[in-house]
Amino acid sequence: MTPDALTGGFADAPIQSARAFRAAMEALSRPGKIETVAGAQPPAPLSVAAGVLLLTLADGTTPVHLAGAHDSPSVRDWITFHCGAPLVAAADAVFAVGTWGAMQPITRFAIGTPDYPDRAATLIIEMPDLTTQGPRLTGPGICDVAGLSLPETAAFRANHALFPLGIDCFLTCGDKVAGLPRSTLVEDI
Amino acid sequence: MTPDPNLDPTPDTTAHSDRKAWMGLLARASPGQLAGLLPDLPAHDILRAPEIGAVMVRGRIGGTGAPFNLGEMTVTRCVLRLADGVVGHAHVQGRDRAHALRAAVVDALMQTDAAANLRQTVLTPLQTAETTRRTTRASKAAATRVEFFTLVRGEDQ
Amino acid sequence: MYVAVKGGERAIDNAHAFLAEDRRGDPQVAELSVAQIREQLRLAVNRVMAEGSLFDPDLAALAIKQARGDLIEAVFLIRAYRTTLPRLGASNPVDTAQMAVVRRVSATFKDLPGGQVLGPTFDYTHRLLDFKLAADGQVPPAPTAPVSAEKVPHVTEFLNRDGLIEAEPQSDAVPPDLTREPMELPTSRALRLQAITRGDEGFILSMAYSTQRGYGRTHAFVGELRIGAVAVEMDIPELGFSVEIGEIELSECETVNQFKGSKTEPPQFTRGYGLVFGQSERKAIAMSLVDRALRWKELGEDNIGAPAQDEEFVLMHADNIQATGFLEHIKLPHYVDFQAELELVRRLRADAATMQEAAK
Repeated sequence: MTPDALTGGFADAPIQSARAFRAAMEALSRPGKIETVAGAQPPAPLSVAAGVLLLTLADGTTPVHLAGAHDSPSVRDWITFHCGAPLVAAADAVFAVGTWGAMQPITRFAIGTPDYPDRAATLIIEMPDLTTQGPRLTGPGICDVAGLSLPETAAFRANHALFPLGIDCFLTCGDKVAGLPRSTLVEDI
Repeated sequence: MTPDPNLDPTPDTTAHSDRKAWMGLLARASPGQLAGLLPDLPAHDILRAPEIGAVMVRGRIGGTGAPFNLGEMTVTRCVLRLADGVVGHAHVQGRDRAHALRAAVVDALMQTDAAANLRQTVLTPLQTAETTRRTTRASKAAATRVEFFTLVRGEDQ
Repeated sequence: MYVAVKGGERAIDNAHAFLAEDRRGDPQVAELSVAQIREQLRLAVNRVMAEGSLFDPDLAALAIKQARGDLIEAVFLIRAYRTTLPRLGASNPVDTAQMAVVRRVSATFKDLPGGQVLGPTFDYTHRLLDFKLAADGQVPPAPTAPVSAEKVPHVTEFLNRDGLIEAEPQSDAVPPDLTREPMELPTSRALRLQAITRGDEGFILSMAYSTQRGYGRTHAFVGELRIGAVAVEMDIPELGFSVEIGEIELSECETVNQFKGSKTEPPQFTRGYGLVFGQSERKAIAMSLVDRALRWKELGEDNIGAPAQDEEFVLMHADNIQATGFLEHIKLPHYVDFQAELELVRRLRADAATMQEAAK
């Protein structure tokens, strides 16, 4: 294990993870709202926000899939040390991290079962930029309408059609994070 | 993974069995005795602050078969780095953060030139205490061993 | 239906204060320390660890003190505490053949390697109250004897060598964990053992006793009962090798049971298994009997409808925290439910009275 893998975690895990959890919950329950998080210094290409989400949400019972360039030795070691999460193939993942391109096709990921819709994957999508300008979002947690700079709409519309099954997404860029749960309807503007 | 001389992933080399032995000894040691033997800690950076958690202990069905979950035990873990860059790890039974911190310091120091001295001042006394504790208990158990005897018959002289 | 009712706050605060004072008892009597409970009520501590499913003698002793000796309440406190702990991983399966035994007896073989070691047992005491303990706690040190280097192998190994007992299927599969995934029936033997080892000792004892009295008889012999310390070792991913993280005391029981054979298996002995935290031999023996009774299906035995053969009955009722939670909740306010019941009974009585009038 590289010595760098041992650094860059939370310095004060109870406080920092509680703040990060609050931000993640806000992001997912108010789609289109962009939150700022802090506390992780993960190895590239993992963003600060993706690192914070993993430190907060992933542990030994949540298998993680690393897609594309994110599947590097330094990222693997960092997650193993700080989260203890097993690294797995896409189909077995509870969380997946990567760029939108590297995640394709997203139909590889678990969408839950009718008895247990919660047994679905949550994708952490690393974005080149993240703003509220983009496709129109409506649904639970959104007053009237919101927007988010999504990479596309078709895949998210197809995912929404699976409701109550389907994946949930976080979109990350630097220290910014937004949420896009399966309940949100996405439309081109 | 990039190889690191201290963290060679090949299991069960001699270096490992030595390190495994002292890490196990530190984990089982009495926190009070360890603190008495090593009151002052060298400068270090904390990489993973002492953290109390649970480890699921597994058994095997019939003692030898498939694993099953028996129940958890409390464990405290800690990782730190000495000023010279050597990393020390600890996983110790119980909820004593100072115990985990000291065990990690000893693990790190044992990988430096201080090893020989530390073996004498810390590890040997811990080992002696453990051996005494185990032998005392075992010798009391040995005294409760049943010595069956059968009355001798026949013409054995 | 539950309705939020306000107004009890002061009464609740005062009830807590009253509880704290009663917990302390007569202040003229010296207060119990947690260390005293840990050292001198060790079997109660063991039971709380086993049923709380968390090995930590200090915490179990504290829970017993806080619960005023109510062991189920103490188990509840431990279960609540353990949910706050991050799970750092799972150990490698403990090797009970390497146990440093303080007690080891076999009811099936008199002479066996490692011998019969009685250990700190109640078995040969006369069950007469010892009034000396009421006066003076000083005890002379127990006698010692030289420790032999002899191995203490499992008794079932001898039978296994001759093919007289079923072989335990080997596997390293990750076992299911009922603290992480809700139990789904039918279960595997691994999940059953987890549920039984943390189950209520009284319930498991009664289930085991029912099999002895004929409700799912399994003809069990205690092949071996051993108690002692085993090392717990865990793989540490960041090190790339496994280390010992501590040492725990366990009680293990292996029963040897008669088996007539089936279409695929010759007549041979079969096994029941019990493994429990601490010195908890009654629970370990009972566990192995219940384990064996629940194996009727895989061994092709008849289901005679005995409670101990009914997986759902045993596993869904073994947990004393689930049981006491559901049982005790009925003492909490159900004013609205009861009001509805009351109105229903009044209406039925009125209807019945009207019908009686009409019938006259």
